[in-house]
Amino acid sequence: MSKYFLNRFISMIFVLLAAIILVFTLMEFSPGDPVRLMMGEGATEMELAALREKLGLERSYFERLGSFIWGMVHGNLGESYRSSIPVFDEIISRYPITLKLTFGSVLLGIIIGVPVGIISATKQYSIFDRIFTGISLFGVSAPSFWIAMLLVLIFSVKLGWFPPTGTYSFEYWVLPVATMGLQTSASIMRMTRSSILEVVRQDYIRTARAKGQSEQKIIWKHILPNALIPILTTIGINICSFLGGSVLVETVFAMPGIGKYILDCVNFKDYPCVLGGIVWISLNCVVVTFIIDMLYAVVDPRIKSAYVSKKTQVSKPTQAESGERSQNA
Amino acid sequence: MKINKTKRQNSHMQEIWRKLKINKVAMASLIVIIIILFVAAFGTYLAPYHFAEQNYDKVLQYPNKIHLFGTDNFGRDIFSRILYGCKYTVFIGFGATILAAAFGIVLGLLAAYYKKLDNLIMRIMDVFIGMPGMTLLILIIAVLGTDIKIMVLAIAISYTPTFARVTRGAALSVINQEYIEACVAIGANSWRILFKHVLPNSLAPVIVQFTLTAGLSILLGASLSFVGMGVQQPIPEWGLMVSDGRSYLRSDWYMSIIPGLAIILVTTALNYIGDGIRDALDPRLNK
Repeated sequence: MSKYFLNRFISMIFVLLAAIILVFTLMEFSPGDPVRLMMGEGATEMELAALREKLGLERSYFERLGSFIWGMVHGNLGESYRSSIPVFDEIISRYPITLKLTFGSVLLGIIIGVPVGIISATKQYSIFDRIFTGISLFGVSAPSFWIAMLLVLIFSVKLGWFPPTGTYSFEYWVLPVATMGLQTSASIMRMTRSSILEVVRQDYIRTARAKGQSEQKIIWKHILPNALIPILTTIGINICSFLGGSVLVETVFAMPGIGKYILDCVNFKDYPCVLGGIVWISLNCVVVTFIIDMLYAVVDPRIKSAYVSKKTQVSKPTQAESGERSQNA
Repeated sequence: MKINKTKRQNSHMQEIWRKLKINKVAMASLIVIIIILFVAAFGTYLAPYHFAEQNYDKVLQYPNKIHLFGTDNFGRDIFSRILYGCKYTVFIGFGATILAAAFGIVLGLLAAYYKKLDNLIMRIMDVFIGMPGMTLLILIIAVLGTDIKIMVLAIAISYTPTFARVTRGAALSVINQEYIEACVAIGANSWRILFKHVLPNSLAPVIVQFTLTAGLSILLGASLSFVGMGVQQPIPEWGLMVSDGRSYLRSDWYMSIIPGLAIILVTTALNYIGDGIRDALDPRLNK
């Protein structure tokens, strides 16, 4: 296990570092002088130079990149140009909203998606299967902002059950979590179904049936554990993209989450905040990927065994490799 | 003397098409997409009104006989706007996907063929995949600015790794075939081998990915316009139209719900076609 752990950990650090360099370099090429934007048109050259000096913009690209990474290790993601508040503090104050939204909706997605996927796959081509594959295809085809607005229209405007915007108490969370949860469940259901259908055709399932094992046992003991990896991947991708802030749902429900924060930063051309925010999202993402990779090893012992002895080499799927379907929108 | 003609075997693509034809939903979806492409090309001529034609006597009318989908807060005909907007959706969806496929196929083939490049290319792709799609898009748009062409490029970049990965996977199994070895033996150059022999034989999964990505690109494009980072006013992009209707959701729901349905029509059709081709490719589902 430890060798596998180490391998994935090093790969996590590498991907994070590469992401930071990528984001930092891209930001270098952004048009417009941030200092001039901050000071306005009336500022003199002297004032601009002084501010540049203060912000450390006079230094070379590598010096600034180095100091950014050094600062990041110490929990410092830079200061916002707009408000002079540390980006890290701004993010942390919004993080609980994003976390609640993420885990609420992913949990809902798992609770609905996995069982429906299992039933659909085990009763392939039944009425149940046809209805739910239809609904789930609709779920992955519809824009999340549209579903959000439809839910607001039905449950808030027409029925008046839940408030349309805000984050004050439990009722306020129902519609946003439902929006994201339903879409997550659609993608999890599709992946569960196709993954189980893949496993059902294997010889060892036929053997289990031939032995006369009960259908329940076959599903829970033989099919599900073997079908779990792509499902885990889908869950990982969803958590990862939600932790990055669900700009759309946050916009519709007026929730001050991380997605909305970064969008505002982009609109104000507040570069440290864009940089800090995106690096924070990448950090979250690599950590989630790492955890999912660890779960792979728990679910499928072959994965970690590949790192134990060279004789029993088996291909080792990483999170990204075993699931190609990204659920971004 | 009678010449014994052996029956010519269907090619792989013809076989897929034969199976796809049986799938009624996929065929219906294909017709929907053909209609959409037609509207994208000729929507300007089909629309009864101009997309920006304001009529303050007729603001916020519910769908009726004259205005099939009603009118918006400026009295503009929503039906005409949807017909006009179709070309933007098609441009974003297919433009971004074609670009992403082009980049991805080249990178994937190179990674599969040249062992030395493999690790480098795929690790760079990993970095892009590691970032959530929307975040990557916002980053690229923050740097390059808000413009429909930049948006298409940004979406293309974010889907390039998926294509690279799919192509690489398919190409790896083709490269090990004997006919590729034969090509090398007769001295064909690498580009010829890759684009004339490897690519056509590894295209099937790429086509599936293409239809699915086209749907996702349309969703992403609409999402970006919805948050104000994509197509700008007064262009009747469907995502932007949904966003316009937000303030009127309480009284005039059709303003945002109908353009949303238009998006769903296209994306659902694309997804059904993608699923259909995937089923057609699956030898275990032989009918």
